[in-house]
Amino acid sequence: MSSSPPTKALGGGARGGLALTDPVQDSATEEAKAAAAPSFKEFRGLEHPSARGDALLILSDGTEISGQAFGGRRSVSGEVVFATGMVGYPESLTDPSYRGQLLTLTYPLIGNYGVPPSSEGDPLVSGFESGKIQASALVISTLSRDFSHWQSTRSLDSWLKEEGIPGIEGVDVRALTQRLREHGTMTAKLIIEGDKDADDVFNGAFVDPGKRNLVAEVSVREPVLHSCGVSGAPRILLVDCGAKANIARSLLRRHVDVLQVPWDHDFVGEKGEAVLVSNGPGDPVRADRTVENLRRAICEDRPVMGICLGNQLLALAAGARTYKLQFGHRSQNQPCVEVGERRCLITSQNHGYAVDGEKLPGQWREWFRNANDGSNEGIRHADRPYFSVQFHPEAHPGPRDAAFLFDRFLELVR
Amino acid sequence: MTETRSDAPLPRPKKVLILGSGALKIGEAGEFDYSGSQAIKALKEEGITTVLVNPNIATIQTSEDLADEIYFLPVNANFVERIIEKERPDGLLLGFGGQTALNCGIELADRGVLDRFGVEVLGTPLKTILMTEDRELFANELRNIGMHTPSNRACQTVEESIVAAREIGYPVMVRAAFALGGMGSGIVRDDDQLKELALKALSHAPQILIEEYLSGWKEIEYEVVRDRFDNCITVCNMENFDALGIHTGESIVVAPSQTLSDHDYHKLRTISIELIRHLGVIGECNVQFALHPDSDEYRIIEVNARLSRSSALASKATGYPLAFVAAKLALGDGLVDVPNSITKVTGSCFEPALDYVVIKIPRWDLKKFRRVSTSLGSEMKSVGEVMAIGRRFEEALQKACRMLGIGAHGVIGNGFSFDDIESSLTDPTEHRLFAIAQALQDGMTVDRICELTGITPWFLQRVAEIVECGSILGKFTLESLDAGTFRRAKQLGFSDNQVSRLVEGGGGGRAGYSAMLATRARRKELGIEPFTKQIDTLAAEYPAQTNFLYLTYNATTDDVEPSETPPHIVLGGGAYRIGSSVEFDWCAVNAVNSLARHGHRTVMINFNPETVSTDYDSCDRLYFEELSLERVLDICEKERTVGVVISVGGQIPNQLSVPLGEQGIPILGTSVDSIDRAENRERFSSLLDEMKIDQPQWQELTSQKEAAVFAGDCGYPVLIRPSYVLSGAAMSVAHSDEELEEYLMAAAKVSKEHPVVISKFIAGAKEIELDGVAQNGEVICYAISEHVENAGVHSGDATMIFPSQRLYLETVRRIKWIARGIALALKITGPFNIQFIARDNRIQVIECNLRASRSFPFVSKILKENFIDYAIRAMLGEKVEPPARSAFECDFVGVKAPQFSFARLKGADPLLGVEMASTGEVACLGNNVNEAYLKALLSVGFKLPRKGVLLSTGTIEGKVAFLEGARKLKSLGLPIYATEGTYRFLEEHGVLSTLLHHPLEGTSPNVIEYLESGKIDLVINVPRSFERHDLTNGYLIRRKAVDFGVSMLTNVQAASLFAEAITDLRDEDALEIKPWREYS
Repeated sequence: MSSSPPTKALGGGARGGLALTDPVQDSATEEAKAAAAPSFKEFRGLEHPSARGDALLILSDGTEISGQAFGGRRSVSGEVVFATGMVGYPESLTDPSYRGQLLTLTYPLIGNYGVPPSSEGDPLVSGFESGKIQASALVISTLSRDFSHWQSTRSLDSWLKEEGIPGIEGVDVRALTQRLREHGTMTAKLIIEGDKDADDVFNGAFVDPGKRNLVAEVSVREPVLHSCGVSGAPRILLVDCGAKANIARSLLRRHVDVLQVPWDHDFVGEKGEAVLVSNGPGDPVRADRTVENLRRAICEDRPVMGICLGNQLLALAAGARTYKLQFGHRSQNQPCVEVGERRCLITSQNHGYAVDGEKLPGQWREWFRNANDGSNEGIRHADRPYFSVQFHPEAHPGPRDAAFLFDRFLELVR
Repeated sequence: MTETRSDAPLPRPKKVLILGSGALKIGEAGEFDYSGSQAIKALKEEGITTVLVNPNIATIQTSEDLADEIYFLPVNANFVERIIEKERPDGLLLGFGGQTALNCGIELADRGVLDRFGVEVLGTPLKTILMTEDRELFANELRNIGMHTPSNRACQTVEESIVAAREIGYPVMVRAAFALGGMGSGIVRDDDQLKELALKALSHAPQILIEEYLSGWKEIEYEVVRDRFDNCITVCNMENFDALGIHTGESIVVAPSQTLSDHDYHKLRTISIELIRHLGVIGECNVQFALHPDSDEYRIIEVNARLSRSSALASKATGYPLAFVAAKLALGDGLVDVPNSITKVTGSCFEPALDYVVIKIPRWDLKKFRRVSTSLGSEMKSVGEVMAIGRRFEEALQKACRMLGIGAHGVIGNGFSFDDIESSLTDPTEHRLFAIAQALQDGMTVDRICELTGITPWFLQRVAEIVECGSILGKFTLESLDAGTFRRAKQLGFSDNQVSRLVEGGGGGRAGYSAMLATRARRKELGIEPFTKQIDTLAAEYPAQTNFLYLTYNATTDDVEPSETPPHIVLGGGAYRIGSSVEFDWCAVNAVNSLARHGHRTVMINFNPETVSTDYDSCDRLYFEELSLERVLDICEKERTVGVVISVGGQIPNQLSVPLGEQGIPILGTSVDSIDRAENRERFSSLLDEMKIDQPQWQELTSQKEAAVFAGDCGYPVLIRPSYVLSGAAMSVAHSDEELEEYLMAAAKVSKEHPVVISKFIAGAKEIELDGVAQNGEVICYAISEHVENAGVHSGDATMIFPSQRLYLETVRRIKWIARGIALALKITGPFNIQFIARDNRIQVIECNLRASRSFPFVSKILKENFIDYAIRAMLGEKVEPPARSAFECDFVGVKAPQFSFARLKGADPLLGVEMASTGEVACLGNNVNEAYLKALLSVGFKLPRKGVLLSTGTIEGKVAFLEGARKLKSLGLPIYATEGTYRFLEEHGVLSTLLHHPLEGTSPNVIEYLESGKIDLVINVPRSFERHDLTNGYLIRRKAVDFGVSMLTNVQAASLFAEAITDLRDEDALEIKPWREYS
């Protein structure tokens, strides 16, 4: 890194910065050099990369965090977000909703149970949520290079290497989370030493993936039919805005066929008993074509269900408003209370935008509300078969408490 | 088991009875003080009147300001029935007092007491509890709903068990129903082993279960909460480091799980929730799973439909107040209604997200017992536990090792040695973790260790990481150690002390405080410091107001700034172990409360998850941290403390007083020099000499020859103890040259490096204790208690009477005079305790501690004068008036009795001696000693004899001393059995008994036979001497009595008091049901 932009240190104090190890200070310890003792690099052994910082995370507010690189040696820029789930890194990394994001995991030990083998292109038969890693980078405290799990065949590090996705470890992820919580989600650059593009990314602008049509990037290109193998089974149209594989799996398991269509596909004329609008990345207003189609869909009698981004798209189609949350909900412990009931679901979530639940038009009602911050978690139509939830009934990762919603949805088509 | 659900609000009970768990025992310890206290707080908040039954006087829950009415009475159906009759509560909480409370509740329901008095069981319905407790019912129920349990058969006889075991196939697991801590359980490999275990287990429990043995499976637990609206959450899951086969209470446990995938984690979570929905639990429930390491198979092992040891751990590990919430749910609240007391911004219906790792390691004390088996298995033997928090597994693991207080500096660098490393791995003992480290150092592979132990490789890799770092440290000297390596060692949890031992030139030569301080100084020079992080249940997602803190090197920022007003720091008591338990938690919590009442900010440091002091609402800031010099200094520096209280947490903080003082940390109360003067035997002895206060003759010796000369001069018996700190090295009494020699050779290995202290042992003397508080040398308040047992029984095992009843006035006068003198000479400010022995009117001082003693809560609660509050005020320099009330005005008596856990310690000789063996205690109040003593005995599980009494009263002195007692027992009309010598002696003195032969004689009628067939329900066995060898007959009798749950007294003074009390009062019904408040 040739030049050094003005930096902000987190937490102040003598050492400043978020780095767990401070390479400058370490190498500056003259005594240690003089004694010609074995270096820290040597100590980490072959198994470990150098403990010297060879990765740098730069937030758009100027904060610099150094750490150790792992995974693919590639510098990237994107939006940095945090997720607080304690399990499920293979699922999260392949979740298309994380497209373009630098994913920070607050649980400090990551990689402990390794990674299952590759699915050879069919995410529906794997432990993954899509065919590849969707997040741009992984930001963690401690990477486990050894792993224990009977279903795993490779380490997290080698998986990231295979897919060319960079990671940084040795980060005080709690401090980073606090910063994101207070300042809101930020864009960031992850610079990996030795990467040929490091200087370009370093000198380039911060990339805000929200400005791209991320949904178009992650959606299927052509309709794909998944058959449950039962003849005469009902067909569900899955509008793929970045659908997690477990949505289709959840439906197939309930003996329906799934026609997975591109986000902008005109599904209204398509044959099928019901419509499910999937989760997906980014700002819902960018998926305008899906909203257009939904507007027409909610004039029909055909049931419509939405999940996550699908909730926001359905709300937009109904005439409601969406907005960006300060730092989003990305966790597996979000309590959602059914409005007017004492029932509370513990849900898995991953979204940065929300529906304004207070201003729902006409016959639309708020269905679920977040018990922590009161934000909207689902809407439904008072007398027509349309409903959607902001959380993930398909789980993967996270609790499966809301899976009954698929049953409820399919009851409408049977 | 479906139930109708109504969302209509439930009528609130007006008065609720809460059952405590009684004395601390193995399998049921301090966690129930925590859970009961939380429940009482939750009820009080609602304006509900609370009545508590718990004879454990040292608990926080029995404090004056918590429950409205407190009964220091046994938690059994007889007493509780009478309490219900008197109090007429409309609600009953059974889930907060462990197995003791649950069993009591079940019996009350069986007897129809609850129906008769209209008492409703709040929370989880009784039928659910019954189903989870009855193993066969439970297993069938699970099978009906398609859940997997180990294949098993419930059996009521030994014969049935054998048939079942052959069918399932050996090895099988044997479990007893309605038992706590796996009592009576074990793995058996053939018919003979099964017969032995089944016979014993069936004597304690009506039913046993023969079960498929899941060797090498992972053990996983979930803590689940459900409200009556059917909302369910899992607060925490935990993964055992040790594979299945070791009781979870005996296992190293990690929260959250480390090697479970999303699929595993949420599959088991979903099953837990479906299960408790099906069972209809309302409140808290613990579900234990076995998970196959190489497939998706699982088994549900156990369900505890109540607060448990694991739930206390989960509560502390996550910051989620499980017991408090469970109590609210029992009242009919919904999870959505209860606010989250830790974040103050979110609710209780959520699942904590941890951003740190928590490790629990059990604390054993097996070296205190002779003959006990040290192997770990399906039965609990540990007496306490520690919990460590870190941001790396290695960091938490090494912290936890140090917290144990067994001389470990971490996972490595301890100098422990193992003769046979493989068997140390295959046959688990409390040192297996250290054996794993040793094996790795010796070059054994992780795969091989996994094969031998069944432990998941990921955990072993973490130990390997520590071992690797340790060997790197060995390549440096302290001076050459660079910042990177040093920092990495700290991130992996190495202490400064451990680093100083591991670097080149470290080890023995420079070990100790000075080396540690040099290492600390070097570390600070390199700018390596720990950071403070909060536990907030939400992984920083929301800005929580939490004051629950830990320190870590795996961070770069502090979550909290030092308090604006510098605080006072109270050091807690650490892990519960024999000799230090809930009483010090009471002292620590009261110290914090007292400081707060006087307007000071408070910081608590402690690491015991079973305590109330580690509840974050008990102080302004809680550091869940090590009580080591290094860590306490770190916190003192961060907090800029104005004073540290080291005198309320027992010996662990007391030992820190001198080094902390030397580092310039302000210590509250008595000066560090005075503490040293009391602690240092040499200095204390010369002080007593100067003051012309009598003490038993003593000497520090380095050779056997010197010892023999000393013993020759002053005469046997002599008391010997090692003068250096070595874990588990026991004190002993020698009655002859041979015994002395044996001890010095075998136990203490006396040498120049390892001197022993030998002192005259005075037999037949009375032991007296004075607890007091002084200010600037002036005694403010004091309490004099007498022991029932003569000197020779450790004060922690003695039965204590307060106010003293049978002391000469002259004795009391002399004791007061001595105490005043010592207080003045040492300029004591704060709590102190002096132990005396008295024979006739000759008073000798045997020990003096300038800290709160085990009996502080006892005497404080009897007098209703809080000695800790006096001590804190004295230490703060306030003007303290002596209490208006004195012990002489008490027209009632308190008796404190020890609780032993010998039944759980296979093979241990249940005998009292100079080493403490009790795991807990109770105290009861009565109008006289007899009444209070009987209540206390019944509270520790003693059953009044109905069938027959066996007398075997040892030496001629013992026989004479108990003659009167024997006559009294005879007058009760019970059959009296006696062993040969006792039989003849009694016959000569006109007391007729039935002769039973000694166990080793093997001839009929034999003691063993009578014990096994239940003809004897009280054994009075007085051993021949205090030594514990060559007592095979006595040992066999005692052990049999313990294994068959027969009440036993082994001390002649205690037995005599019992004979007197039982002939005086005759029956339980004569014992008055009277709340604490009414004793005044």
